[in-house]
Amino acid sequence: MTREIAIEARGLTKVFGGRGSVFGRQTGGARAVDGVDLIVRSGETLGLVGESGCGKSTTGRLLLRLIEPTAGSVAFNGRDLTELTKAELRRSRGKMQIIFQDPYGSLNPRMTVGDAISEAYVIHRIGDRASRAKSVLEMLDLVGLPRSAASLYPHEFSGGQRQRVGIARALALRPSFVVCDEAVSALDVSVQAQIINLLQDLQRELNLTYLFISHNLSVVRHISDRVAVMYLGRIVEVAEADHLFADPAHPYTQALLSAIPPSHPDEPRHRHELVGDLPSAHDIPVGCRFAPRCPFVQDRCRATDPQLSPLPDGRFVACHRAADGSLPTYRLNS
Amino acid sequence: MSGDMQRPILSVQGLTTVLARSGATILEDISFSLTPGEVLGVVGESGSGKSMLALSIMGLLPNVVRRSRGIVSLDGDELTAQSPDHWREKRGRDLAMIFQEPMTALNPVMRVGNQIAEVLRRRRGLSGYEASKEALNLLRLVEIPSPEKRISAYPYELSGGMRQRVMIAIALAADPKVLIADEPTTALDVTVQAQILDLLRKLRRDRGLSLLFITHDLGVIAEIADRVMVLYAGRVAEIAPVRSIFDDPQHPYTQALLASIPDMKGPRGRLVTIEGSVPAIGGMLEACRFSPRCPFRRDICEWERPHLGVVSGQQAAACFRPFGYEQPLEAVI
Repeated sequence: MTREIAIEARGLTKVFGGRGSVFGRQTGGARAVDGVDLIVRSGETLGLVGESGCGKSTTGRLLLRLIEPTAGSVAFNGRDLTELTKAELRRSRGKMQIIFQDPYGSLNPRMTVGDAISEAYVIHRIGDRASRAKSVLEMLDLVGLPRSAASLYPHEFSGGQRQRVGIARALALRPSFVVCDEAVSALDVSVQAQIINLLQDLQRELNLTYLFISHNLSVVRHISDRVAVMYLGRIVEVAEADHLFADPAHPYTQALLSAIPPSHPDEPRHRHELVGDLPSAHDIPVGCRFAPRCPFVQDRCRATDPQLSPLPDGRFVACHRAADGSLPTYRLNS
Repeated sequence: MSGDMQRPILSVQGLTTVLARSGATILEDISFSLTPGEVLGVVGESGSGKSMLALSIMGLLPNVVRRSRGIVSLDGDELTAQSPDHWREKRGRDLAMIFQEPMTALNPVMRVGNQIAEVLRRRRGLSGYEASKEALNLLRLVEIPSPEKRISAYPYELSGGMRQRVMIAIALAADPKVLIADEPTTALDVTVQAQILDLLRKLRRDRGLSLLFITHDLGVIAEIADRVMVLYAGRVAEIAPVRSIFDDPQHPYTQALLASIPDMKGPRGRLVTIEGSVPAIGGMLEACRFSPRCPFRRDICEWERPHLGVVSGQQAAACFRPFGYEQPLEAVI
């Protein structure tokens, strides 16, 4: 891996609702994202997976500085976003965009698709009327929509076409980094495949860097170069996609992957069942946050919080037992 | 289907539903049966009519939709021939349903124990004391941790998985013969989904519950179904035992559906896509509705509606291709 670093987050933390104190640790709030270190390299797709409430969407928004972090920093192409002024931030916004899950929710129903796409040019004061109209048509070509779509309203499109509009909008300013937040989750499988292929084609053509947030693990495996697994506001494992899915290291990743329904009725199952529910982000366990549900828990796990650290094979895992090789072995497809 | 000697617990014949105002068909000529203890998976994308199928069987169609034809029989009792009151009685006792989002189906201002007990009192005639005792047993049956505590919880105090367990407990309270599950795990995380599927499997095994399991997720189908019915644009595209669906799908739509899911292992090639999208209600073809998207279409596909024909054994498909592009004999289901 010699590609440049596009995005680098250090100690990224977001506490919702709590009262902050000037000195160190906050109390009382929900620690949605809690000390996330993350690197996304230029041109790669980093998958971000985890269950609802784990903080993956909040992480995506923090990376774009759509919400302000409580602590930590995000550097985009080497510049710390958290130190930019409003004007500088606005300028950098064109280079970093987000595609949402629900194109119904993110498109103004009373705005034509052409206006929705060119809105970005208007806000960023790019070009004149004629050049904007031309750019809109280029964007429609790019995402595989007919040029006649420009004068139509969102309700005149199917779900898949509407997501193409969402993609055209996100790419209008030619960003280099795009957060795809459950971008294909609301689509039917037959349409989902079209959009995944489109996202991959666009990545190749425009040299895009993706953070692909999804709860759909087979989609994440398909599209990602590397995958980060989140649990309760923390990254617990980062690895190459093939490596992670074939041989997950963290007990939570193991449980998560083993819960994926089979692709054939005769496929053998090795279920690692999780006991209990996800703890609340208001009341995070001391020590390893997965310890209360971990089948391999030891006393040290309840005492000290494991840090995300490299294994000899190049992965990063936040688990005491994975770090010293004392976890029972597990293979998904054995 | 023929070949199965067991008397069906649920039988649907020629079910057709239309929009009351325009007459546009939503479901067309749906026939299938469910044997005791069987899990029939119903797969379809949005607009396939799969949720409307569930409501038709429950006798709960919204006012704008009307059943124009067809028979629904439960354990030999022809519900469609009898009064709405009779159907309602059956719905409470022998037919139950669970939904995708339990939060909207549960009463938000009533303790979950009382919601279960209400069904027990009304449908099984238990006294207040017996009902609350039995409610506790049902919470145990659906494996809710510390049920003594949870019985007095309100729905908002429970997690999504726990709420779905409460919904299942309510559905089981009247001891139904058939449970219709409409995307019961779609809103849940994958680890919770696995737990709920385990629970439904256990209930089927221990209580002989018959299940009509509606989902868009073929992985869930692989995990739970004995047989599968694939719906496309309101018609049955294919119906077959689960292994035949995965190993030897006959309808091009079933094939494409399986091919468009990213694989969990092996190389990651380009995904197979189905061009176009599902037709809208009102814009449906009389001929094969998949034909505009089908890579194998020939003239006949654009002219005629294919009957559901038996391909082999228990597998039937509504497609001309397996029959040499000729109209098959209509399967007797």
